[in-house]
Amino acid sequence: MNLLTLHNIEKRYGNKLALCNVNLEVKRGEILAVVGPNGAGKTTLLKIMALIEASSRGEMYYGDIKISKDKIEEFRRKFTMVFQKSVFFNTSVYENIAYGLKMRKLPKNEIKQRVQEALQLVKLEGYAKRQARKLSGGEQQRVSLARALALETELLLLDEPTANLDPKTVSIIEEAIADVNRRMKTTIVIATHNMFQAQNMTHRTALILNGKIVEIGKTKEIFTSSTRLQSFASLENVFSGNAEPRPDGTTIIDIGEGIKIQAAINTCGKVSVFVMPEDIILSKRPLISSARNVLKGTIIEISDFGSIVRLRVGVNGLSFVVQITKRSFLEMRLNLGSKVFLTFKASSVRLV
Amino acid sequence: MVWEIAEGVQKAFQLIVSGDFAVIDATFRSLYISGTATLLAVSWSIPLGILIGSGNFRGKHLVKGFFNAMLGIPTVGLGLILYLFLSRAGPLGIFHLLYTPTAIILGQAILITPIAVTFTANAVESVEPEIKDLAKTLGASETEARLAVLREALPSTFLAVIASFNRAIAELGVAFMLGGSIPGLTRVLTTSIALETTRGNFEFGIALTMILLAIVFSLSFLVNLLKRK
Repeated sequence: MNLLTLHNIEKRYGNKLALCNVNLEVKRGEILAVVGPNGAGKTTLLKIMALIEASSRGEMYYGDIKISKDKIEEFRRKFTMVFQKSVFFNTSVYENIAYGLKMRKLPKNEIKQRVQEALQLVKLEGYAKRQARKLSGGEQQRVSLARALALETELLLLDEPTANLDPKTVSIIEEAIADVNRRMKTTIVIATHNMFQAQNMTHRTALILNGKIVEIGKTKEIFTSSTRLQSFASLENVFSGNAEPRPDGTTIIDIGEGIKIQAAINTCGKVSVFVMPEDIILSKRPLISSARNVLKGTIIEISDFGSIVRLRVGVNGLSFVVQITKRSFLEMRLNLGSKVFLTFKASSVRLV
Repeated sequence: MVWEIAEGVQKAFQLIVSGDFAVIDATFRSLYISGTATLLAVSWSIPLGILIGSGNFRGKHLVKGFFNAMLGIPTVGLGLILYLFLSRAGPLGIFHLLYTPTAIILGQAILITPIAVTFTANAVESVEPEIKDLAKTLGASETEARLAVLREALPSTFLAVIASFNRAIAELGVAFMLGGSIPGLTRVLTTSIALETTRGNFEFGIALTMILLAIVFSLSFLVNLLKRK
């Protein structure tokens, strides 16, 4: 039995096509992963499913019932979405979680009880009176999840719920998600580019590339048989954007967040590209070299693999994975929050 | 000179503590006139500010630019223009408003409208655009989601009201040109200070100045306190 069916959904922003002919069935009680690179259309898809953004074309069905424009507010309450970037009303944790329950006109004592239960699920008992905007990033993401869980909706849409979080917070969030799916039979859709999460938590996986669902199936099968997913899953630094050819034969790709990279490929239109972590040179000062791409960023994650160190570097809203030797890492005295420059050649930018 | 000031301050304290009628009279009239002017200005400026802040219409920058430019309008200049309108021969002369408290109230309300509008518009604009999506996905209707955005703008809008009141109570030009500083009728703090000082009554001027500063400072202090919360 399908909870939600998307039929030929298309979304345009001006003349940019964000989603193209998306057909998707969300089955009651399942956890569905939507994986794909940044800018592939995951967030747009989730917002359309949450009924907070209208599609430009296509239809959606709740069970067998068509979701018509005049009934949107009624259906919207059956679903809720947790955004990648936490957003809060400027008030306490309690009031933030209670907001949706108040909109549903629940009695006061039930609101109180549900807020407490939700906080327990994300292991934040005793946080009710704190100011939501003053919490740490991890705590904020947990409150965002609690705020959605308290509503006990039929469908929960999670947009990168564990991106840029510490491992402890990630496991708390993953546990809470698995718990509501098991106990309450809540249907869950998770947009993620964390392959490990997709593989271990979900029943089915959909791969989205350039606004199109290119593959969908049982997670186990898709992870073992899909060559496209495997090639995507093993790739780091995958970005999508509009490519514009230049007269010199190279291409400028706008990968979003104000970042443009130059690639030695002759192509145009929407493309997905990747840069290997070992092809990126990391430095503390901008390098004067022949490499065409220099980006300034901040180290946001460090993983140690013995003789090599993998760093995640945030550049505006995007992140790049860079691989360097342990020795360079120590000699450069790098740390979380260090400002660094990333340099790579136009010929290191390859098509997916 | 220093001696004169010290003596003035001492006498000023006596005037305030003893509850001198002229001092109390001017203080309460100032509070009444500028308070009413603020309420009046707010009644049209806040809806207008919300409209400008949340709307996405053609010419929005022009409208905002106009109110921005009006922020620094010289009070005497505005006083003169309104004087010409309200004087007996002017287009609004038939209402006989010149040299009445009502004239000052109207004048100050017009004076502070740009402040109230600009501050309110900025307050609404600075609310994260995601707040509306958040309210919706938590189950709010379109109207309720809009209200949620406005509630987020409320603290900054409160700032707009206080800033407007402070500008009104501290201005001289409009009160002088439209009120004429008639004792017991249109004499307010600022006009008394100007008048008494030219007459050489320094202690009286200093007493009123201290009261005026106390009002403005305590409001600013209150605002800062609220901001931090």
